[in-house]
Amino acid sequence: MRELPGLATAAWLVARKDLAIEFRTRTAFFSAIVFALLGLTIFYFAWDATAVAAIDLAPGVLWVIFTFSGLLGLQRSFGVEQADRAMDALLAAPVDREAIYLGKALANVLFVAGVQAISLPALALFYNVPLGGVWLPLAGVAFLAAIGIVAVGTLFSAMAVNTKLAELLLPMLALPFFVPIVTAAAQTTARLLAGRPAAEAWPWLRILLGFDLVFVVACAIAFPYTLEE
Amino acid sequence: MTERLPTADAPRATSAFVDKWIIAAAVAVAAVYVRVIWFTPPEATQGLAQKIYYLHLPAALNAYIAFGVVAVMSIVYLWLRDPRVDRVAESSAEVGLLFTTVVLTTGPIWGKPIWGTWWTWDARLTLTLFLWFIYAGYIVLRGAILEPETRARYSAVLGILGALLIPFIHMSVYLFRTLHPMPIVLKPDRPSLPTEMLRTLLFSFAAFFLVYVALLRARYGLAVERTLLEEREGHSHGER
Repeated sequence: MRELPGLATAAWLVARKDLAIEFRTRTAFFSAIVFALLGLTIFYFAWDATAVAAIDLAPGVLWVIFTFSGLLGLQRSFGVEQADRAMDALLAAPVDREAIYLGKALANVLFVAGVQAISLPALALFYNVPLGGVWLPLAGVAFLAAIGIVAVGTLFSAMAVNTKLAELLLPMLALPFFVPIVTAAAQTTARLLAGRPAAEAWPWLRILLGFDLVFVVACAIAFPYTLEE
Repeated sequence: MTERLPTADAPRATSAFVDKWIIAAAVAVAAVYVRVIWFTPPEATQGLAQKIYYLHLPAALNAYIAFGVVAVMSIVYLWLRDPRVDRVAESSAEVGLLFTTVVLTTGPIWGKPIWGTWWTWDARLTLTLFLWFIYAGYIVLRGAILEPETRARYSAVLGILGALLIPFIHMSVYLFRTLHPMPIVLKPDRPSLPTEMLRTLLFSFAAFFLVYVALLRARYGLAVERTLLEEREGHSHGER
């Protein structure tokens, strides 16, 4: 008899399955990218360039777009398991339920990070914001925020698919939870782009790190309770 | 509280809502307002506008209590799986949302004459608004699930996560205003309120706590009746 996979291996298998589906269909990723680019364009025309400098506007635009395009991916995370009751097969697999959550979350983090990797340079291009020396810390902040968004969003996605409202419910549940993440990330981004000393962004980063830590653990513990028993 | 089935030919009238707790709460609130209006001195600079404080602050404190009860009941539910515990959480969330609505309504009414604006993104205002959003989401989630056991489990998860979220929103809204240190938890010195006003405030807090308990009981009774109705419909239509 083959040995059962450990938590990390099982999580990776689940993530790989989701990424393979996404890679072969590319529907969600493609629409999230187009959505992000559209968002960048619409924001540009909602903005009076003579009144607000691009560098002041950029952090807000960026984080609103990251949040909403992230929701698009999260929406699908458990939506794909609805077809042919694939979720039942996943639950019948001899792995921990936490592993299913972590695998789903891992795939979602890669999804959101992929959207970020394309929309961040697009922002620099469209809004003429020089990312120059700050792109690396900026990417770090974006990644930390992606972890927080995904930790909560994956759990709520699992809950939302089993309700009458389905996709309508996810933003309503998740957005209040994104407030500390988006505030902290946008404030850090603003300080990075303005070339302020790193110490000024530290209190915000601490909120971001704390959120990630608390909610990754809490949501992994809570996830089994959202499954059929 | 007895869980009895209302007979079909004699449906229970809504007068069941007005029990002795509701009456006691109404009398207490009326008494508080007699004291507030006639027996408590007006504030020196704000004048009569400050009277709303005796409604605003007790409502806010009782909303915190209500949401605290939701969090505790959510944990207890996941542990004991008792539907009664879930009903308490449900009722408390709804009453808490009502109190938060009172806070968010009375605040601007006071803010307009005193601050000169209906709304400002002050840390405490923002936090209260987000409390409202979290528990509005909680109630919408409950309404979106038909199966009672799933509904109870999901809302317990949200009830716990919502409570975990509050400190993070608290920290970020305070930091948003300024990076300077602010009194975050409580003022270090004694409450700077004249004894007369403090006494009225405590009296008012007690009255509104009574309102909380009375509404919680009434809402719990409604939840029981709805469960019975769902069960009866479930039996007559067969298992769904």
